[in-house]
Amino acid sequence: MTLKRGLFGSSLARKYWMALTGLFLISFLVIHLVGNLTIVIGTADDFNAYAAFMTSFPPIKIISYLLYASILLHAVDGIVLARQNRAARPVGYGEYRGSANAGWASRNMALLGIFTLLFLLVHMKSFWFEMHFGSLPLDANGNKDLFGITVAAFEQVWYSAFYVVAMVSLGFHLWHGVESAFQTMGWTHPTYTPVVQIAGRTLAVVLCGAFAMIPLYVLISPNI
Amino acid sequence: MNLTLKVWRQKNAKETGSFATYQVRDISPDMSFLEMMDVLNEQLISQGTESVVFDHDCREGICGMCSMFINGEAHGPDRGVTTCQLHMRKFKDGDTITVEPWRAKAFPVVRDLMVDRSSFDRIIQAGGFISVNTMGNLPDANATPIEKHDADAAFDAATCIGCGACVATCKNASAMLFVSAKVSQFALLPQGQVEAADRVRNMVNQMDLEGFGNCTNTGACEVECPKGISIENIARMNREYLKASLIS
Repeated sequence: MTLKRGLFGSSLARKYWMALTGLFLISFLVIHLVGNLTIVIGTADDFNAYAAFMTSFPPIKIISYLLYASILLHAVDGIVLARQNRAARPVGYGEYRGSANAGWASRNMALLGIFTLLFLLVHMKSFWFEMHFGSLPLDANGNKDLFGITVAAFEQVWYSAFYVVAMVSLGFHLWHGVESAFQTMGWTHPTYTPVVQIAGRTLAVVLCGAFAMIPLYVLISPNI
Repeated sequence: MNLTLKVWRQKNAKETGSFATYQVRDISPDMSFLEMMDVLNEQLISQGTESVVFDHDCREGICGMCSMFINGEAHGPDRGVTTCQLHMRKFKDGDTITVEPWRAKAFPVVRDLMVDRSSFDRIIQAGGFISVNTMGNLPDANATPIEKHDADAAFDAATCIGCGACVATCKNASAMLFVSAKVSQFALLPQGQVEAADRVRNMVNQMDLEGFGNCTNTGACEVECPKGISIENIARMNREYLKASLIS
């Protein structure tokens, strides 16, 4: 009973799961970005080969189920936490200066998270669904031509704009999220915590900046 | 100084309140915020209207009673102070100042600016103590060596006055800073080790039952805390709770 409440029922337990799933999802973002960079530094066939590998290699397939579960848990848990937080202050302040003592990203994690989730749904429909269940033409190597629909999507300015805004939103989410996850797990240290903070913020900017750069590259590159 | 005050008036926990606007004149910049509120109340009494109810006791920053949310911040714009230590020189002549009670489900309004913070007491009752009879033959305090760093950190945590500014300022009305300070002051000392696991479990359990929100690690609480209690205590409680859940 104690273990159950300690790991699932309490407010702290919910936060542990947010932190752990959040950190795990970052590892996915890194791998995803490495694949996407083949659009910029590789060829269409490289990108398609990467996509084929990611959808067929058994260990990756197993991890992908863990990933879907993590996304779901992070989203559902986040919504439950946000609802509890709203309920904890039924009558709001007439005047509330949130910016006086806390950063913008940290105060808007739920909003940024929900926007990221909406983006994820659109994104999965555009690419993941097509890759798994759509009928895509094959490239020269016999791989599904994911590159073709990716470029077609990014050449639509509104789609690229949505993508870039979503990456900025995700960037803000991670700006606070990384250091917050370490704090939630209690992994703090006088020397290393400032390093985690800087590393987390650097990761947020580099990761999301690189993701956002790709549709812009597709839009302006004469070679694609 | 002449000021316009927008003060929250509410008859009791059941009725919905609203802001009332008052003018106060010739306020000295050397007055504390509570003294300015006293001037307002004298004025209201002389006019035959009901004075504004607010909590106060020591008026020297150690009792933690003077819970006022001033211009959108707990204890007003100054840092490291309670409302009684906030001086009117922090404001300008002609300012409009908004004064509200702490707002949290777990801190119901008793009347006007006074809230019921007994939820904090119930959290302490759930585990914020050591079950040792302290009457009679006490060992010498220096007989148990405690590392200086731990002693200082425990003392810093113990300076919490339970004012509730952390809850009031937190966007989620979370009590994590208060509870973690109380958990830390024992967790850091040998006397607290015996009941450490039960303590953190029971206190967190009570915190959840009282209806406080969850911690988003914004850090607003440590900025507004009049005693400057660090969110390092929250990290420590997170560790303590995880340890208690997993291995005891």
